[in-house]
Amino acid sequence: MEKTGTYNIEEIRADFPLLKANPELAYLDNSATSQRPECVLRAVTEFYEKRNANPLRGLYDLAQDATEAYEAARETVRDFLNAKSTEEIVFTRNATEALNLIAYSYGGMVLQPGDEILVSIMEHHSNLLPWQQAARRTGAVLKYVECDKNGRLTEEMFRAALTEHTKIAAVTQVSNVLGWKNDISAFARACHERGIALVADGAQSVPHMPVDVQALDVDFLAFSGHKMLAPMGIGVLYGKKEHLEAMPPFLTGGEMIDSVSRYDAVYAELPHKFEAGTVNAGGAVGLAAAIDYMQRLGFDFIEERESALTRLAMEELQKLPFVHILGSDQATEHHGILSFTIDGVHPHDVAAILDAEHIAVRAGHHCAQPLHQHLGVMSSTRASIAFYNTEEEVRRLAACLAGIRRKMGYAE
Amino acid sequence: MPSNTFYNEILTDHNLHPAHKHDLPDANLVLEGVNPSCGDDIWLKLKVENDQIVDGAFVGDGCAISQASADMMLDLIIGKSKDEALKLADIFLRMIKGTVSDEELDTLEEASVLKDIAHMPARVKCAVLGWHTMEELLG
Repeated sequence: MEKTGTYNIEEIRADFPLLKANPELAYLDNSATSQRPECVLRAVTEFYEKRNANPLRGLYDLAQDATEAYEAARETVRDFLNAKSTEEIVFTRNATEALNLIAYSYGGMVLQPGDEILVSIMEHHSNLLPWQQAARRTGAVLKYVECDKNGRLTEEMFRAALTEHTKIAAVTQVSNVLGWKNDISAFARACHERGIALVADGAQSVPHMPVDVQALDVDFLAFSGHKMLAPMGIGVLYGKKEHLEAMPPFLTGGEMIDSVSRYDAVYAELPHKFEAGTVNAGGAVGLAAAIDYMQRLGFDFIEERESALTRLAMEELQKLPFVHILGSDQATEHHGILSFTIDGVHPHDVAAILDAEHIAVRAGHHCAQPLHQHLGVMSSTRASIAFYNTEEEVRRLAACLAGIRRKMGYAE
Repeated sequence: MPSNTFYNEILTDHNLHPAHKHDLPDANLVLEGVNPSCGDDIWLKLKVENDQIVDGAFVGDGCAISQASADMMLDLIIGKSKDEALKLADIFLRMIKGTVSDEELDTLEEASVLKDIAHMPARVKCAVLGWHTMEELLG
C-alpha cells in the first residue's frame, strides 16, 4: 500500500465517493475539475436539510442561520487567502465570472482610449476574452507578453512588456497548459512601481499551493471552487478593498442594494454590492468544507505528493521519444500539469484510446488557443494530477502511451 | 464504459496509408470542411462529369477518425453517380444515428466500421466531417 508521510493514500481515496465507486478509473483531468470528498457533499446536503432559507434577507431564525452559514464560509475563504477583511471576498459562480466582473467593472472604471491592458500569451480564455471585450468597450489596447519556447515567463520579460500606457496586467499564477508558475509577487511589485493593477488568475494555483493575497500583494485574484474539491457553481473574487469600494456594480438586482427609488439606487456595502440575486449559499458552504478538508491534509502534504507524482509522470513520459511535453523539461516547473503531443497521433485519438483503458485526460486546446498557436501546435493531450492520484495511475498512463503508436498501426 | 473497438486495423490503415489523401489539380468541385472545436480540417476535392464522380481526393489534418472516414468515403463514392453518393451519405449519417438496416449497412462496406462511434458522441463530428462536406458539395 502506498504511504506518503503520515497519510495512507487508500484512506484518502476512500473519502471520495466517485473514486470509490470506480476503482478502475485513473482520473487525471483534475485541472478541468476535481473530484469531491464526501464531507463536502455532506456539508452541502446538510445546509439544505437543516439551514436552508434565503440568506441575507429573512428576519426569522432560520434565515439568520442560513446567513450565518454563508458568512462563515466567507470567513473561511478570507482566512484561507489571508485577506485583510471579508469585505474583500466576493462569491461568484466561478473564476470566469470573477474575471468578467473585474474586466467589466474595474476595466470600465479605469480604462481610457489608448491605455493598455497586458495579458500573457498563456492565459486561459477566461482571463483573455473579458479583456478583449473591455478593450473593445473602452478603446484600450490589448497587448501580449509571450513566454519563451520552454514556456517560461520571467519577471524580466514581464517588466519589459509594461509601458507608460499599461493600466491593468492580467496574468495566470499557474498555466493550465504548461504548469508554469508565474512569480506573481514580483509581477505585482513591477506593476505597482508604475501604478498598474495586477489581476491574477488563481484557478490552477489556489487548489494546489498556499496562496496569500497580502504576501503576493495582488490587486485581484480569481478562482473556482470546483477545481478544489468544492461543488460546481461557486467561485471567489478577491479584490483589494480600495478597488472594490470604488468600482461600480457588475450585475444588479436583488440583495445588492441599500435602497431603491424609481430612477436610482444606493448600493449595498462590500462585498454584497457584487452579489446580486439569491446567492449560492450551499456552494459557499461546500467550498468552506473543501478548504477545511485541504487544510486538514495540509499544503505541505498536498504539494509534496503532487510534485512527487509530477516527477514520476515526467520521468516516465520522457522515456518515450515520440512524446513531447509542452513547456519546461523540469518536473519542478509543471505543478501537476503535463500537456503533450505524440508524433503521428492526434490528441483526440490519444484521449479516446486512454479512455478505453479507463484513464481520463483532456485533449484539445484546453481553452488556451493563442498559447497553442504561439507554441506551434494545433492541440495537445493533458494529464493533470491531484493529491489523491497514485503512482500506479501514473504508471498506467505511461504504459498506455508507450503502446499507443503501435495501436495506431505504426511499426513502433 | 466506452470501448475503442473502432481503432481497428481497417481504420488505422486508412489513417496511416490513405489512398485518396493527395491533391487533385483537375477537381471541379472543392470545399473545406472544419470542426473548429477539435481542429479537424479537410479539403474535399471531386472531379464530377455528367453527374458521375470520376475522381476524388482530400487533403488536410485531423484525428484518425476524421481522416480515415474521409478516405473510406472516397473509396465508396469514386465511380458512383452524384445521387448514389448522396444516398450513401444518407445511409452513413443514419448509421451514426442507429437507424439503418443490415442491408444498408452492407452498402457502406469498410465505412461501416465506424458504426460504434455513436457510443462516443464527442467523436461523431469527426466521423461525419467528410460526409457532410460531400453532401454540401454535391447537394
